[in-house]
Amino acid sequence: MLKDVRFAKSHEWISPVAGGVATVGISAYAVEALTDLVFMQLPAVGRKVKAGESIGEIESVKAVSDLYAPVSGEIVEVNSTLPDHLETLGQDPFGAGWIVKIRPDDPANIDALLDRAAYEALIGSQPH
Amino acid sequence: MSDSVTPPLPRPTSLRETPLGQWHAAHGGRMVDFAGWTMPVQYASIVDEHLATRSSVGLFDVSHMGRLSVTGPGALDWLESMLTRKVAGIVPGQFRYTLVTADAPAPVVILDDALVSRDSDAADGTPRMGLVINAGNRERVVAWLRSRLPATGVDLVDHTLDTAMIAVQGPKGVDLVAGLSSEGDGTRILALGNYRGTTATVAGHAAAVSRTGYTGEDGVEVTVAAVDAVAVWEAILAAAVPLGGRSCGLGARDTLRLEAGMPLYGHELHADSDPFALGLGLAVNLEGRTFPGRGALAVLKAGQPERIRIGLDLGSKRSAREGNPVLGGAGGEIGVVTSGSFAPTIGHAVAMALVAPAFASEGTVVEIAIRDARQQARVVGLPFYRRPPGGGKPSAAG
Repeated sequence: MLKDVRFAKSHEWISPVAGGVATVGISAYAVEALTDLVFMQLPAVGRKVKAGESIGEIESVKAVSDLYAPVSGEIVEVNSTLPDHLETLGQDPFGAGWIVKIRPDDPANIDALLDRAAYEALIGSQPH
Repeated sequence: MSDSVTPPLPRPTSLRETPLGQWHAAHGGRMVDFAGWTMPVQYASIVDEHLATRSSVGLFDVSHMGRLSVTGPGALDWLESMLTRKVAGIVPGQFRYTLVTADAPAPVVILDDALVSRDSDAADGTPRMGLVINAGNRERVVAWLRSRLPATGVDLVDHTLDTAMIAVQGPKGVDLVAGLSSEGDGTRILALGNYRGTTATVAGHAAAVSRTGYTGEDGVEVTVAAVDAVAVWEAILAAAVPLGGRSCGLGARDTLRLEAGMPLYGHELHADSDPFALGLGLAVNLEGRTFPGRGALAVLKAGQPERIRIGLDLGSKRSAREGNPVLGGAGGEIGVVTSGSFAPTIGHAVAMALVAPAFASEGTVVEIAIRDARQQARVVGLPFYRRPPGGGKPSAAG
């Protein structure tokens, strides 16, 4: 499944659409870069969001980061157990650590995001 | 995810590196710019580093802190005339917390907070004095002090770049460093009271060892020549790791000092701060003394502060951050957060804030505006964390 995932430059991943809905999370790189996650705020189900809009926040000991919608659409489900089990993000960022499910306005917008090779090139070019 | 995920840009070459800088980078230190220095903010997990310091021992490179020697026949008397804390009467090996203030009628100008020490005495009994100051204030403090040096009798030397300072903090820190010293030195280290120091040979290298720190734990700070820094650091770390100790970055140092309720210059303490409102009155001794800024401090001491420093317990995972407004009963702004974080030992978020005295009583419930959210918080006494008894020997009154 991972090979079909697309990435935003802001480190969210989004799955291919299945039944009109795509799953969104944050990359293993982002989880590793943040470290010490302590708090997560999820969006309301039913909220209409624009690509690039903040849909929540994730906080580490050091700092707060926004979580951005990778595409425009409607939030149809949130992983409500995740804020109490943030360790899941580190253990399984592309599986059990999913964050929201979104019904994209236009599924083609997903294809315009970075594929895995392009994302790895992006993070590989950043000093770690 | 926002910019905080993006690692920092390649550092400009103007950043200073401590004698341990290459070691940190080679051992997983996540290097950031701090007060003009490239310093490790963490190695892996800030929480793990914090908890290791509370339960065992943490090593911190604090070589970026400014280390000055003040020597010569007039050294002690000159410092007595320059600092807010009484220096007269300090005994060999003793450290005192002080402020460094400039001349100003009002408002007060606090250049830094510092530790002043009588490190040792020369053979003829002349005290050799020391000052440890904040990295971000070093250049201006040194310039200020130099501008006030008498023509003769006092030598001020900045040793920051030719020495390194390693904080070994935690309940196992003192024993650990004593165990790396020769028997006689180790005995003296174990006997040190809080805010006392001695010279010693640590891991085979000449060192100054003081029972000081900035974490709320027992422990020592070890100052060595820059060329010996890596060897001493590695020897201490090798002895610490089997005890559950680890190297720690500035991230854990900040959460540790926050739990310990310690103010940090640039956050709680600023140039125009009222030290009495911050709970730092012990660092200011006005009685029969003359020093720069004394008049402005006397005015502050006699007056009623508009805002005073308090602790806030949020009871939440969401943290307040510096600059977040503190809101009173009617929703009006009654103060501001000066430092805030998830507190690893406590298990939820705490903050220090400056608030109007009417809202400063313990148990008062306030709200903090954190981005779009409103978080309730309860006023509590400082510190948030107090180490279990049985650590350092109580020191004589100072």
